[in-house]
Amino acid sequence: MSTQTPVDGLPIASGTPGAAKLLEVRDIVTKFNTERGSLTAVNGVSLSLERGQTLGVVGESGSGKSVLSRSIMGLLPRSNTERSGQVIFEGKEISGLNDSEYRELWGDEMAMIFQDPMTALNPVMKVGLQITESLRFHLSMSKSDAKDTAIALLKAVKIPEPDKRFSSYPHEMSGGMRQRVVIAVALACGPKLLFADEPTTALDVTVQAQILDLLAEQQRERYMGIILVTHDLGVVAGRADEIAVMYAGQIVEQAPTALLFSEMKMPYTEALMAAIPKLTDASHTRLAAIGGRPPDLVNPPKGCAFSPRCPYVQPRCHEEAPTLTPSPTAPAHMFACFYPIGSPETEEVRLRLAAQRLMSTAPEFVAASTDSFPPAQAPPAPPTPEQTEGL
Amino acid sequence: MAGSGTAHLRDRAETLLRIENLVVDFPAGRGKKVSAVSNVSFDIASGETLGLVGESGCGKSTTGKAIMQLPRPTRGEVTLDGTDLCTLRGEPLRNTRPKLQMIFQDPISSLNPRRTVLQIVEEPLNIWKIGTPEERRLKVMEVLASVGIDPEAAAERKPHEFSGGQCQRISIARAVITEPSVIICDEPVSALDVSVQAQILNLLEDMKARYGLTLVFIAHDLAVVKNVSDRVAVMYLGKMCEIGSPDSLYAAPAHPYTRALLAAIPLPDPDASLDTEHHLEGDLPSPISPPSGCRFRTRCPLAQDICAQVEPQMQHVAGDQYVACHFPLQTVSEVPVTLLQ
Amino acid sequence: MQTNRDTSIAHLDPSSLPTIEAIEAPSSHAVSADRLGTAAWIAIAWIAFLGLLAILAPVLPIPDPNESFVALARKGPAMGHWFGGDAIGRDLLSRIIWGTRSSFIVGFGAVAFGLLIGGMLGLMTGFFRGKVDGLITPLMNVLLAIPQFVLALSLVTVLASGADVSSSRRLAVVVVGLGIVSIPLLGRITRANTLAWSEREFVLAAKAMGAKNGRIMVREVLPNVMPAMLSISLLGVGIAIVAEGGLSLFGVGVQLPMPSWGNIIAEGRGQMRNSPHIVIFTSLILFLTVMALNFLGDAVSRRFGVRESVL
Repeated sequence: MSTQTPVDGLPIASGTPGAAKLLEVRDIVTKFNTERGSLTAVNGVSLSLERGQTLGVVGESGSGKSVLSRSIMGLLPRSNTERSGQVIFEGKEISGLNDSEYRELWGDEMAMIFQDPMTALNPVMKVGLQITESLRFHLSMSKSDAKDTAIALLKAVKIPEPDKRFSSYPHEMSGGMRQRVVIAVALACGPKLLFADEPTTALDVTVQAQILDLLAEQQRERYMGIILVTHDLGVVAGRADEIAVMYAGQIVEQAPTALLFSEMKMPYTEALMAAIPKLTDASHTRLAAIGGRPPDLVNPPKGCAFSPRCPYVQPRCHEEAPTLTPSPTAPAHMFACFYPIGSPETEEVRLRLAAQRLMSTAPEFVAASTDSFPPAQAPPAPPTPEQTEGL
Repeated sequence: MAGSGTAHLRDRAETLLRIENLVVDFPAGRGKKVSAVSNVSFDIASGETLGLVGESGCGKSTTGKAIMQLPRPTRGEVTLDGTDLCTLRGEPLRNTRPKLQMIFQDPISSLNPRRTVLQIVEEPLNIWKIGTPEERRLKVMEVLASVGIDPEAAAERKPHEFSGGQCQRISIARAVITEPSVIICDEPVSALDVSVQAQILNLLEDMKARYGLTLVFIAHDLAVVKNVSDRVAVMYLGKMCEIGSPDSLYAAPAHPYTRALLAAIPLPDPDASLDTEHHLEGDLPSPISPPSGCRFRTRCPLAQDICAQVEPQMQHVAGDQYVACHFPLQTVSEVPVTLLQ
Repeated sequence: MQTNRDTSIAHLDPSSLPTIEAIEAPSSHAVSADRLGTAAWIAIAWIAFLGLLAILAPVLPIPDPNESFVALARKGPAMGHWFGGDAIGRDLLSRIIWGTRSSFIVGFGAVAFGLLIGGMLGLMTGFFRGKVDGLITPLMNVLLAIPQFVLALSLVTVLASGADVSSSRRLAVVVVGLGIVSIPLLGRITRANTLAWSEREFVLAAKAMGAKNGRIMVREVLPNVMPAMLSISLLGVGIAIVAEGGLSLFGVGVQLPMPSWGNIIAEGRGQMRNSPHIVIFTSLILFLTVMALNFLGDAVSRRFGVRESVL
């Protein structure tokens, strides 16, 4: 346990900026034993985080992003799980710890916020008690000190009438307020590292904005590192310093935010961006959907996991799996692709598909802007006999 | 906002579906009631898509179900093709069902887990005894193919063997098989991943074109709504805030709530600055005792005394944009033309 | 920008297809654990075996169950009489086999009765709720509040306890009595499941399609509620068989000399000191059967319980 220096009455972990990296993760692999076989949810992920920084982890369901954050924290179930790899927190290896050692870390050094605020809080326990529980365990505070601290925390997360709310039950509060309480519980002992696992997915968009503002403010005040896991590229665009895109259990692209958006390399990332309806698009813009479905993690396809759906796929992609390598022009930008966006092979495919689209008779294609992402089907044009077979 | 008023309704002859002064109250125990939908009016022309957008508690889903008469609204008029559904009971109401269908949010929950895909999609035809068994089967196959499901492979399987996106396609197939005039889509893509979402939205557009559908698209995601809709209506706490075509509405919202909604949306563009100035404070008031006058006034930065005393009525601001607010924001006509493109 | 709308209701003309994503074959992720499991099959085999014995009892090479062999009285297993004899020398094995008839009739009959009536009531109250629920559920609760054994005992005593009552009438009354006792239990389980399933969107979809209530209840809700009902019914069969035993202890079970496992045990109680084999063998058979029914109940609930999604 590190020393806690109270700031505004709230415990905040001390530590000098610029010291050893806050978190370093090397080659984590997590497998689950299921009825059908061994499912590899996380397949060799490495990352690092400094204090005060936010890493956004973006992916759809089945990408392994939630399992990753739980793997790092050590929150996985014991049975039917295999985990390997190293997790180094402030220079100390923590992946082999036993339960009671983990309990020293959880809440105190690292904490997690979950997606559903209703199930993250104990419904039969008053809200204030859920905060003081952590304070009294880790910081050995007295009951009255803990209560004062808890009320200060509720105030810090902008809950109105904090002293009254101290004695409320979760069901008496709205979703947004509950999530604030969850944040208060997580931040109670001043952790250095916060995992936010889809913290706003279950909330309305206006509440989402409030909660993200709150997290950003708390991060500044406490100098925390945050790993923000989400499926929403919009959320990470505004709030993360660095973004890692996950697909089928691996990081497929990682870069500082601005660089990722301006120079996407992975076809998957580009496809994801193109599939999102944007506020700036006109109404009835045809969306560029990604055909197919995420791969089966029990029997993944040979070669690149995205190859069955990739519009730029080449023969090599089916044979070898690409590894995460830095871009020659920008070492901070890593991606795992043999033919990233911008390479001659992909340019050729782009032109071909754009031409095919122009030649198609459907009016939507003709009217669509040629800048939009090529449809992820090959071949797109006249229906093949298989399509007419089932009719 | 807490719009009442029907200024924005078009001529009856032009519209296919017309909702006027719809009220849905639910009993809340001890004599109280939840005012879920309060004097909401809108209309839809044939072939149009109306997007109904708002956050939780705004009553959009309840409105959708009230249009279907499941359950019946407390008061109001729901006119489909000249007939007011609220005045119908029993058999006459049942007979209108094939014309008005619905798609739901949870793709897995909206299909009976014990029945095969063929049975599920065929059921509407069975109920109404349309065609012979062979014709029905053929029609089912045809519709399944049109939604992108391989009919031969899928017909004998059960819903749990399919993914969320595929289940939603099956739901769509079931909804279009009776060739309805109107389909109410209640958050059809909210439970789906981004990539699948795009597939389903494209599919809905295709279905609309092929079957000549009119859609009511209910969602909380403003970008999704903009993508599919010809007109968008914004709701808050059971009331209508604003209605208009998406391009102008989003470029220059006239209602402070709409502006706050737009400001809250995180854009996938790191250069877009966060519009924290217009972020909403506070929490949603209780629908059991909603604020007097304009229901939005407790969180509105522009609220004045009149907002508490008089409920704003829908008024015309520009083009086809109508707003229920005493102090509407600068309107479309004042926005430079280039922004509307 | 508006899409060009083709408002004619077009038959599927492939060349007019706008972009449809590649037709996907459904996933091959379907879980293959569709088996009942070895324990369940053993259980089914046991019950089927007993059932077969019961049906074939008249033609099996076993002695008449009511014939007394004086030399056999209170004796343990011997040649030709594998389970020995009861207090007055009747062949125990034969009585147990014939007793299977009565016990199974009581067990399965009572539960079928309760399932039919309780299940129907449960479905209706769970689906319609409102007034129907408000009327019937309190009645079921009243029935549930009476200790089940007391209720069964009272019913049978009132309806058929005289010494002159024929064994078949007594059997019928026992079946009906235990059946009535099981109505509220089965009704409640059915009601709870129906409530849950009626909330699902596919039920709303069925209403939206214009299906009548009866059709929805039978075609949409009932198939989903069945596994739970079946599972609890199987457990109920075991309970009913044992309950008949309890009634026999009070002398109001299946009427002697018609054997049932219950009345064999009841009679054999008095011989526990010298001839424990009477109670032991019969109890063993009873135990194995109840256990088999429990296993089967679990297996049914597991196998037919719905898998909601891939993986």
